[in-house]
Amino acid sequence: MTTTESTDVTAAQGIGTSPVRPDGTMKVRGEFAYSSDLWHEDMLWGATLRSPHPYAHITGIDISAALALPGVYAVLTHTDVPGVNRYGLEHPDQPVLAEDVVRYQGEPVAIVAADHPETARRAVAKIDVGYEVLEPVTDSEAAVAGEGPELHPGGNVVRHVPIRFGEQDVTADVVVTGRYEVGMQDQAFLGPESGLAVPAEDGGVDLFVATQWLHVDQQQIVAALGLPKDKVRLTLGGVGGAFGGREDLSIQVHACLLALHTGKPVKMVYNREESFYGHVHRHPATLYYEHGADRDGRLVYVRARMYLDGGAYASTTGAVSGNAATLGVGPYSVPNVTIDCWGTYSNNPPCGAMRGFGAVQAAFAYESQMDRLARACGLDPVEVRLRNAMSEGTRLPTGQVVDSAAPVDELLTRLRAMPLPADRSGEPDLRHLPGGVSNTTHGEGVVRGVGYAVGIKNICFSEGFDDYSTARVRLEALGGEPAATVQTAACEVGQGLVTILQQIIRTELGVEQVTTLPMDTSIGSAGSSSASRQSYMTGGAVRAAALEVRAALVEHAARILGHDRGDLSVGGGKVVSRTDGVLADLVDVLGDAAFDRTVEWRHRPTESLDPETGQGNAHVQYGFAAHRAVVDVDTELGLLKVVALDCVQDVGKALNPQAVLGQIQGGSAQGLGLAVMEEIQTEGGVIRNPSFTDYLIPTVLDMPPMRIEVLELADPHAPYGLRGVGEPPTISSTPAIVAAIRAATGLALDRVPVRPEHLTGT
Amino acid sequence: MRLNVTVNGERRQADDVWEGESLLYVLRERLGLPGSKNACEQGECGSCTVYLDDVPACSCLVAAGQAEGREVRTVEGLAEGEALDPVQQSFVDAGAVQCGFCTPGLVVAAHDLLDRVPDPSDEEIREALAGNLCRCTGYEKILDAVRTAAGAR
Repeated sequence: MTTTESTDVTAAQGIGTSPVRPDGTMKVRGEFAYSSDLWHEDMLWGATLRSPHPYAHITGIDISAALALPGVYAVLTHTDVPGVNRYGLEHPDQPVLAEDVVRYQGEPVAIVAADHPETARRAVAKIDVGYEVLEPVTDSEAAVAGEGPELHPGGNVVRHVPIRFGEQDVTADVVVTGRYEVGMQDQAFLGPESGLAVPAEDGGVDLFVATQWLHVDQQQIVAALGLPKDKVRLTLGGVGGAFGGREDLSIQVHACLLALHTGKPVKMVYNREESFYGHVHRHPATLYYEHGADRDGRLVYVRARMYLDGGAYASTTGAVSGNAATLGVGPYSVPNVTIDCWGTYSNNPPCGAMRGFGAVQAAFAYESQMDRLARACGLDPVEVRLRNAMSEGTRLPTGQVVDSAAPVDELLTRLRAMPLPADRSGEPDLRHLPGGVSNTTHGEGVVRGVGYAVGIKNICFSEGFDDYSTARVRLEALGGEPAATVQTAACEVGQGLVTILQQIIRTELGVEQVTTLPMDTSIGSAGSSSASRQSYMTGGAVRAAALEVRAALVEHAARILGHDRGDLSVGGGKVVSRTDGVLADLVDVLGDAAFDRTVEWRHRPTESLDPETGQGNAHVQYGFAAHRAVVDVDTELGLLKVVALDCVQDVGKALNPQAVLGQIQGGSAQGLGLAVMEEIQTEGGVIRNPSFTDYLIPTVLDMPPMRIEVLELADPHAPYGLRGVGEPPTISSTPAIVAAIRAATGLALDRVPVRPEHLTGT
Repeated sequence: MRLNVTVNGERRQADDVWEGESLLYVLRERLGLPGSKNACEQGECGSCTVYLDDVPACSCLVAAGQAEGREVRTVEGLAEGEALDPVQQSFVDAGAVQCGFCTPGLVVAAHDLLDRVPDPSDEEIREALAGNLCRCTGYEKILDAVRTAAGAR
């Protein structure tokens, strides 16, 4: 099903255009139902008791005082979990409710259902848990060295990914080394974890929840509840952002347990503090790098050791480690590579998916190294990157040959050619200076720097994962108009997939009216809204289903009209003959007929990595973006302002140009956050800043205007030639900003986020 | 307690309100107006912004009792029937809405700005919206939307 010749690429509001979001009007009116807005008659409120300790044995749980509180309907502990009390995306190692041990601060121990959220909170406070507090394990490198108590059977290494490529003992004339740290970043989606579980008459439960992957939630929920799959039905509640943080379960099993136990609908909504405990974060990392090059700055080898702290439970630590290792040298052609990446357990908060997924941590290190190499060779930072830029045909450290556009040199040269912001002159506007209207400087002590960075990200699921999406498309005449319906289980998390899927149908079927059915588990899996994969995967599935509908329609039309079907196409609501022009209105040809097709669609298979050498065609597609940052730094106070943040990205084909820009702008902002402000600070496994007062994310004052260029170099293997868009801009934004701060200050800055004290040395 | 409050021009009453409830909770859970959002409930994100007697406020920081006898205007009260307010329309058109969780608060804040400053500079827009967090858009298209709305009003 790869016919494309009759695709109507000029369809009104089809691909390549930017129609308004179908949910946009409801969202601006305040009428869009997010998962935290759901309401049911007679519903109860759920609340969670969480461990205050990063590591402790549980010596006893007394729920009697909580149960005695008027208005409390249920207090449940691990003994009330009817199925397997374990879940997890890669390894089922995480208890639904803790048994005899807690492994992180915030681990759920008991859950409550009550008639008011405050009653539920008070009941939680009345649960008496005995803890024998243990010394927390917090050091990833010690875990790899085999030190400390084992937090899980088999030890504290979740995964070790070695890459051995080329010669392992080469030397080089120029050698630069560095040790880099990346802090723990939070997705900080604005819509809190939330959902509504409604018990059903068949003994099952209907769950309305904000998530990224309905079917993998369902799979984990049925295991914990001990119910067959058809008894647990999920529907996507409105999602207030995700960024990876909704891949793991939060309220899902808890709300279902409480609903089944009480026989009443149960709503759970985390507040912001609980949200910091309630989802996984970006892995903090320590990275040791050595780059060897000739005197012209051409790379001879890269050696790296990477330690990613996965926290208390595995989540997606294995896959994150795979990405960090396989993308560990960045978008460069390197003949000899030695990488070891470890993802480890600790008593820190669990870490898993966040936009960029392993590529972010590596990029901060390898791009810092490229700047170091440039200095060592007396080269311009862009020049050293151009000399080593990978391109189509490059063999990556996994041995995989890149078989579509990899325009790293073009990204950099276009970026360099963009105009720079004007230098400050005269009496400056306070609002343009570090510190802003706090009036901390009028320009004295302020220095400016410019930095560049480029990054690489794998698109879709890798390492042999059976990655697919399911889509159903129906075409019929409704109310005198041809109308299409599209159904998938793909989660709209804000990115605009609902718009894209409609655009694809309009392009393939030439109909304007497209209805999107609710996303739920009544259709097959769409896979996760992550890995920048949904336009590719669910877009691909919807297109394939639409093409099947079109083929059936054309055959039907040929029969009715007595025309050769090879001569027919559809577009603009008409059935068209290549030789005779418009033959009939589509609506008349349709009559009472309906064409309904469901397709399961896969990308090209990938391979697992060789466990000894890390060799294998592990990734299906690569995405690239490059950033240039201009930063003003007040060296006296350590305050800074990002003055400009420009980006060039190749997207293969911009299905919706406005949404593409939105992804680049939003992704760049998250990279800015990691560069200069965002970190979950832990001390002995305890989170010090679980609030938006203390965990800062960029405001409109922090984000500079962006110049953006979008390249469309088609990937011949992908639907419409598209390349996943969401993650690449988050990757190169961070190192570009730090490079600019280094250029301004001359400081080494080997850790993100950069804090004021790193700039003032105080 | 019983709470009497005028919301979007309509006199409303809520019974059995616990004294610790916020105005945001009452709007969302008792009056059927979940448009104002609960992103942080700490006054940091601005997603719950409503007009309280014509002054924008974080409704999560207003105790329900403080709203007794006062007038509240929420995001649900900005459109005239089917016709969106120009601020709402420009947010949709500009692509300023992704997940949309910040949108109600930003729409109210931008609406208030344009009431006070019909033709704001970029610096004025940034200052006015600095109390509203958005995690999806990087704010560029929100600025576009406010500029467009200023032209349309």
